Amino acid sequence: MSLQKHENEHIKNIIRRKLTKTELQIIAAEWSEHCSYKSSKKHLKMLPTTGPNVIVEHGYDSGVLDVGDGYVVTVHIESHNHPSAVEPFGGAATGVGGVIRDILSTGTRPIAILDGLRFGDIENDTHARWLFKNAVSGIADYGNCLGIPTIGGEVEFDECYKNYALVDVAAIGFGKKDKLIKNHASVGDLVVLIGGSTGRDGIGGSQFASDSLENEDRSAVQIPDPFIEKLIIEAVLEARNEKCINAMKDLGGGGLSCAVSEIAESLGIGIEMDVDHVHTKESGLFPDEIMTSESQERMLIITDKKKLQKLRKICDKFRIMCSTIGYVKSDKMLHVKKGTKTLALLPAEFIARAPLLDRKASKPKYLNRIKREKKIRKIPNHSKTLLRLLSSPNIASKHWVFRQYDHEVGIRTVVKPGFDASVLRLDNGKLLSAKIDGNPKHCYIDPRQGAIGCFEEACRNVVCTGANPIGMVDHLQFGNPEDPEIFWTFMESLKGLSEYAKFLRVPCVGGKVSFYNETASGPIKPTPLIGVLGIIDKTPLLPSTANSGDYIVIIGKTKDELGGSEYFEYIHKFVGGTCPIVDFKDSKINMLSVLSLIKNKLVKSVHDCSKGGFAIALSELSIFGNIGCDINIDKLPCEKNLSFEKLLFSESHSRYLLTVDKKNIELVKQFLSKKKISFNVLGKFSGDQIKIMYKSKYAIKCTIDIAQKKYFNTLGDMLKHG
Amino acid sequence: MKVGVIVFPGSNCDRDMFHVLTDVFHLDTQYFWHQTGLPTNIDAVILPGGFSYGDRLRAGVIAANSPIINDVKKLADKGIPILGVCNGFQILVESNLLPGVLLKNDSLNFMCEWTNLIVKNNKTPFTNKLELDQRIPIPIANGEGRYYVDKKLMSELKMNNQIVFAYENYVNGSVEQIAGVCNKDGNVVGMMPHPERAAESVINPTNNKPSSLIFESLIQTLGAKN
Repeated sequence: MSLQKHENEHIKNIIRRKLTKTELQIIAAEWSEHCSYKSSKKHLKMLPTTGPNVIVEHGYDSGVLDVGDGYVVTVHIESHNHPSAVEPFGGAATGVGGVIRDILSTGTRPIAILDGLRFGDIENDTHARWLFKNAVSGIADYGNCLGIPTIGGEVEFDECYKNYALVDVAAIGFGKKDKLIKNHASVGDLVVLIGGSTGRDGIGGSQFASDSLENEDRSAVQIPDPFIEKLIIEAVLEARNEKCINAMKDLGGGGLSCAVSEIAESLGIGIEMDVDHVHTKESGLFPDEIMTSESQERMLIITDKKKLQKLRKICDKFRIMCSTIGYVKSDKMLHVKKGTKTLALLPAEFIARAPLLDRKASKPKYLNRIKREKKIRKIPNHSKTLLRLLSSPNIASKHWVFRQYDHEVGIRTVVKPGFDASVLRLDNGKLLSAKIDGNPKHCYIDPRQGAIGCFEEACRNVVCTGANPIGMVDHLQFGNPEDPEIFWTFMESLKGLSEYAKFLRVPCVGGKVSFYNETASGPIKPTPLIGVLGIIDKTPLLPSTANSGDYIVIIGKTKDELGGSEYFEYIHKFVGGTCPIVDFKDSKINMLSVLSLIKNKLVKSVHDCSKGGFAIALSELSIFGNIGCDINIDKLPCEKNLSFEKLLFSESHSRYLLTVDKKNIELVKQFLSKKKISFNVLGKFSGDQIKIMYKSKYAIKCTIDIAQKKYFNTLGDMLKHG
Repeated sequence: MKVGVIVFPGSNCDRDMFHVLTDVFHLDTQYFWHQTGLPTNIDAVILPGGFSYGDRLRAGVIAANSPIINDVKKLADKGIPILGVCNGFQILVESNLLPGVLLKNDSLNFMCEWTNLIVKNNKTPFTNKLELDQRIPIPIANGEGRYYVDKKLMSELKMNNQIVFAYENYVNGSVEQIAGVCNKDGNVVGMMPHPERAAESVINPTNNKPSSLIFESLIQTLGAKN
C-alpha cells in the first residue's frame, strides 16, 4: 500500500469517513504514479495536442489521426519496464498485449508494433544478455501469434540499465472513421467483462511499477496468453461491426479498479458491480484481489440489454468468457459489492482524479561539469575505429532481433525493418511511415536538447521515406520524481519536446510517463522515447541500392558535438562533452528540402545521419548497397576547425546523406543552392572499399565485405552462445 | 468456381490470403469458420497461416483434429486442389494429408526473412504455370518450419515426385532443404513460405511474378476443370 500522508488527508477531507479495505486497495491502485500521473499531469498540458488531423473523443486510450478518405490511424505507446526487469519474457510479452488493447479499444484493428529495447552492457554483462534475449523472445512470441507485424524499433545498450530493462512498445491501428467507438452510456446499460479470467497474477502491478525496483516481486508480473488476445481482437472487431459496443476500455495497470472508475469518470456515470460475477482463474480470490489483479487479455465493454445477446453470441463463437459484472447508474458513484454486501462506495471522479503534486525541480549538479571535454587519446588508425564502431552493439545491424519478429504479416509492410523508418500501405492508397527514437546518452548530458534531438531524429527517419510527419507520441522515462534533480530533467525534456512540437506543428497525440526507473545502483539516464508517424500521399522512397558512379551528397552542417556520441562512449569510454543541438530553422528547411527532392524524384535514396555520425551513415550506405565509396571529407559542410574525429563521428542533427544519379546531380545542386542550405557533393560510389580522403590523403580505407561482416554478424554471434 | 479459406481460432493470415485471392486474382473466395464445415461443391481449399489454437501442444495438431478436417479429407480424396501455407502446412502434416513432420528451426528461433525457393514439381495445381527449377523470391515466417522425413519416406517422396519446393540456400535445417511437398496424387500441397506475401509488387522487394504464378496456376487448374 503506497498512500502518502497528504493523500490520506485528502481522503479524510472529502470522504469524511474511514475507507474500507477494498476502497483503500482501489485508491492505492488508481493513485499510484503509474495510473494517476500525479507528478506529471499538470505539466503534460504544455504539449500541443491538437491539429487538423487529430480526432479527440473522451475515454480514448490512444491517439486518433484522420488520414483521409474516411480512414483513421490510431497510435499509442507504453512501457513494461519493471516487469521485464524481473521476468523479461512475460514482462515484454504483456507489454505488447497492453498497448494492443489500447488500440483495439477505439475500435480500430492493430496493424503494427514497434518496440524500443534498452539493456545494460551486453558485451560484458551476461545478465543483461539474458534479459535482452528473453525480452526479444517475449515480444516475438506475443506479436507473431497475434498476427500483428513488428515493423521496427530500436535497441540500445548502456551501463545505466544494468540489472534493468526498458521495454517500450508502440502500436498502430487502422480503421474506418465511422466505425470508431464513440464512448457513451445510458442509465441501465450493462457493464461486461470479456476475455481472460482474473487471477492472482499482476496483483498490485501498478504500485510495483511506481516504486524503485529493489525487490523482485514476481506475483506483480502478469502472465501472457497471446491466443486469448487474438480471440479478443477478432471478437471485439466483430462486435464493433455488429454495433454491440457503447463504450469500451482495456484492463491495464490497476486492473478492474482503474478501468471501471476511469470509464465511469470519463462518461460521467455511476457503475454498480459485483465481484462475484467476475470470472476467475481459481476459486477463493479475495474481492480486493479481484479488483486490483492485472491479469491480462481482458476488456471492459458497456452495452445495453438488447445488444448483450449478440455480444454473447460473438464471444461464444470465439470461446471467450463474457460476464455481466454490473450496470450503469446515474449517481456517478463506483459501487463495488459482493452479493448484497457493499465493499466500496466512492465517487468515481474522486477515485479517478488523484490529488496532483507540485514536485520540486532543481538542476542536477553533475550537469555543471559534464560539458567539459576530456582530452582524448589520439588514434593513429581510423579504419580500425570505424570497424570497431560498426560492430558496437548500439550500431551493428539488429537483424538478429527483427528476424524473430514476423514483420510481413498483414501484407502492408512496404519498407521492412533495418532501414530508416518502416512504411506500411493503407487501404486508401496512402502510406504510413513510422519510427521511434531515443537517445539517453545525449539526454543525460542535456535533457532538453537530447529530447529535442530524439524527436528530430524520428522525424528525419520518416522524412527519409518521403513522408510528412503528422503526429508524435512520447514516452518519458525517468528515475524517482521525488528527487528534485530527476524531476528537473523530466521538466527540461518535456519543455524541449513541447517547444519543438509547436515549432514543427506536429501534435502530440498520445504518450506515457514512467517514473521510478531505478535499481539499487541508481536511476536510469533520462530516456524520453519519441515515436513519429508520417504520411506519404503516393509513392514512398524505397531503400534502393547505389550503383557505381552515383553521387553522395550531404545536407546539413557538422558541428563540434561529440558529447554522448558512440565515438566518445564506446571507443573512449568517456561520458561528457557537448551534445548535439537542433537548430530549429535548419531542421525545418532541411526536412522540407529533402521532401521536395524526393517528390521530384531527384534522389535515389536518403539516409539519416545519427548514431556514429557521418562515417557510420556513409558506411551503412555502402554496406546495404554492397558497393564501395570514395569521398573527400574536406568538403563536408561544417563549423570551423573541426578535427578529423569530429568530422567523422560527431552526431550533429538535421543531416541527410543523399544518393544521386549522375543525370540528376546538377538539378540537385541547383535546387539546394537556391534553398541556401548547407550541402556539398562529397564523392561517388565505386569499387569495393569505403575510402575517405582527409587533407589529400586517404585516412580511411575499409573493404566492404569486412565492414559487412562486422555490421551484420556482431549481435548474432554475441548472442548465439548464451 | 469457388475457393474456400478455412479460418481456425488463431489463424492470422486468412485476411491476407483472402485479399490476394479476391482483390489481386479476382477469384470468388469465401471464408469458412472452422465450425461451419465445407460444402461439397467447392473448387479449391486453402488453409492459411497463423497460430491455430495458439500453437498449443504442437503447431497445427489441435486444428488437425477438428471436425472440418474430415471435410477437407473428403475433398482431397475427390482430387480438389488443397493448399496449406505455413500453419496450414503444419495442419496438413498433422492430419496425415501430407507426409513428414515440421520441427523447430535449427536456429531455435522464429525466423522471418526473404528467401528463394526452387520449383521441384510443376505438375501440381499450384505450380503448373511455373518452370521446373524456377526461382521464387518469397518470405518465410515460422518457428517450426524444419521439414523432416526419414530415409525410407524420403525415397518414396522422390519416387512419387512429392517434393514441390526446396530452398535455394540453407535456411533452417530442413531435410534436403525441402520447403513444400504434395500428396501422392499431387492435389494437396503444403508449403512453409508465404506466397500471399510475395504476389504483389508493392510489398515484394525483388520480383512478384513467380509467386503470382502460384495463384495463376490455381486459376488455370480451375479454368481447365470447368
